[in-house]
Amino acid sequence: MNNHRWRKIKSALASVISFVSAVLVIAPLALIFFHLIRNGASSVNWAFFTELPKPVGAAGGGMANAIVGSFELLGLASLIGIPIGVLGGVYLAEYGTTRGNWALRFIADVLNGVPSITWGVVVYGLAVLPFKGFSAFAGALALGLMMIPLIMRTTEEVVLLVPNGYREAALALGIARWKTIVHIVMKTASKGIITGILLALARVAGETAPLLFTAFGNRFWNHDPTQPIAAVPLQIFSYAISPYDDWHRQAWAGALVLLTTIFLINVAVRVVTRDRTARVI
Amino acid sequence: MTTAQVATEIQLRPGEDERSSAGAAPDSKPAFEVRNLSIWYGQKEAIHDVTIDIPRHNVTAIIGPSGCGKSTFLRCLNRMHELVPNTRVEGKILFQGEDLYSPGTDPTIVRRRIGMVFQKSNPFPTMSIEENVIVGLRLNGLRNRRLLAERTEKALRMSALWDEVKNDLHKPGMSLSGGQQQRLCIARAIAIEPEVLLMDEPASALDPIATMKIEELIRELRKNYTIVIVTHNMQQATRVSDKTAFFYVGQLIEFDETTRLFSHPKEKRTEDYITGRFG
Repeated sequence: MNNHRWRKIKSALASVISFVSAVLVIAPLALIFFHLIRNGASSVNWAFFTELPKPVGAAGGGMANAIVGSFELLGLASLIGIPIGVLGGVYLAEYGTTRGNWALRFIADVLNGVPSITWGVVVYGLAVLPFKGFSAFAGALALGLMMIPLIMRTTEEVVLLVPNGYREAALALGIARWKTIVHIVMKTASKGIITGILLALARVAGETAPLLFTAFGNRFWNHDPTQPIAAVPLQIFSYAISPYDDWHRQAWAGALVLLTTIFLINVAVRVVTRDRTARVI
Repeated sequence: MTTAQVATEIQLRPGEDERSSAGAAPDSKPAFEVRNLSIWYGQKEAIHDVTIDIPRHNVTAIIGPSGCGKSTFLRCLNRMHELVPNTRVEGKILFQGEDLYSPGTDPTIVRRRIGMVFQKSNPFPTMSIEENVIVGLRLNGLRNRRLLAERTEKALRMSALWDEVKNDLHKPGMSLSGGQQQRLCIARAIAIEPEVLLMDEPASALDPIATMKIEELIRELRKNYTIVIVTHNMQQATRVSDKTAFFYVGQLIEFDETTRLFSHPKEKRTEDYITGRFG
């Protein structure tokens, strides 16, 4: 009897601890959002999305160039990160030797853990020093390199989920192996692959450190990829460390917009993957 | 290149003319001449020293208890077993007189001539019924829409599925019932007009009615194709096949006319198996 009561107490205790842990997981996101809305919502207005930054002292202005710059950087980074990441993931899942793939997987996992500022420094050496200047290209290269291992691993996982019966069925029709992989396997796994790409984009969209030594930032419009370009995280960074209240407000607003964008990308991923269980994978 | 040229190109295979001139009558020359075939998975020998002639325009059933190597043997006939790493083949398989395993033979071409239907129906989940049927043609270069539509109808008619799906060709292949899915897979296999159909327990996952339909279909397809079917269902072997081969622990024990093998088996082990004493 006594034993039974002690067990009940332990069970209740375990439940409480797990509940508190669950709350602690959710709390930071809620706190961040609350904080950003309180400090930044008032500065998110039409001008914020349409105007260039104003000089110190002049009120108003916005981050239009940084918002567009961020999208341009992500687009250029995608040109590097998506093809190499997806093809690398397919290679891991479909080709290669056990030992070679083990090494590749290990390297990709290590790269996923490399601090993002390291990417900035590496690309500074690779693409900034040789061309004697900061550029959108360099920033995109840093972000694209970060995307490769992320996309590679998620692509590998979803491609491995495709049942072998489909590969066999296609090969038994006399369809060449590469066509089987492109038209049957990758098509079946396409939702998972897209999810991996979106998550990688969401991850690098908020990166500041890799852009500090590469894209550098810009207070004006720039659509020339060989010149420095503005990005939202960079703009937030430079505003946040400034001594001006007006710039601080802009930084809060930028952070709010950035977080909302990333939040929406994650929601999009949920929507894309929602009916996945109804399908085969 | 015109579509007509492409069409002839993907049909252009040795043996094609021979077949049409031979018509539906059983040919004296065997489809497969298997000589001293042994197959290893790593160190394990799955098939030991099998010699057999599989006749053309006949249904040949392969029976035997689980693990006797009948699926392995079947998958060797169109080189599908090569997808398993560390397999090794010794001996010879001649298909219409050509060595299937000569260094110059492309397994992709082999599989276009020797189609396969699997135990578990596996229509491609991203494709409609029509797309499933013509995927083999399309990915081998046939683009002409009119031709593709013709071939879809022909294949679906031959697999006795046309009347059930003709108004739903754009619905997903996965929306069909289990038995219909299996007939769709047969349609997909015959759409590329192979010379042989290998069937690996095609009805074992189906209910009796769907099984009956598949068996009717096999008897119908016999007129145009050489069929080799693996089955663990002996009644099915007697219902659909002309000849039956009994495999046991990787060896071919007996091969004869189906009626004779089941009524007067020569080997004791065959008799024991078909009378249900083991297996």
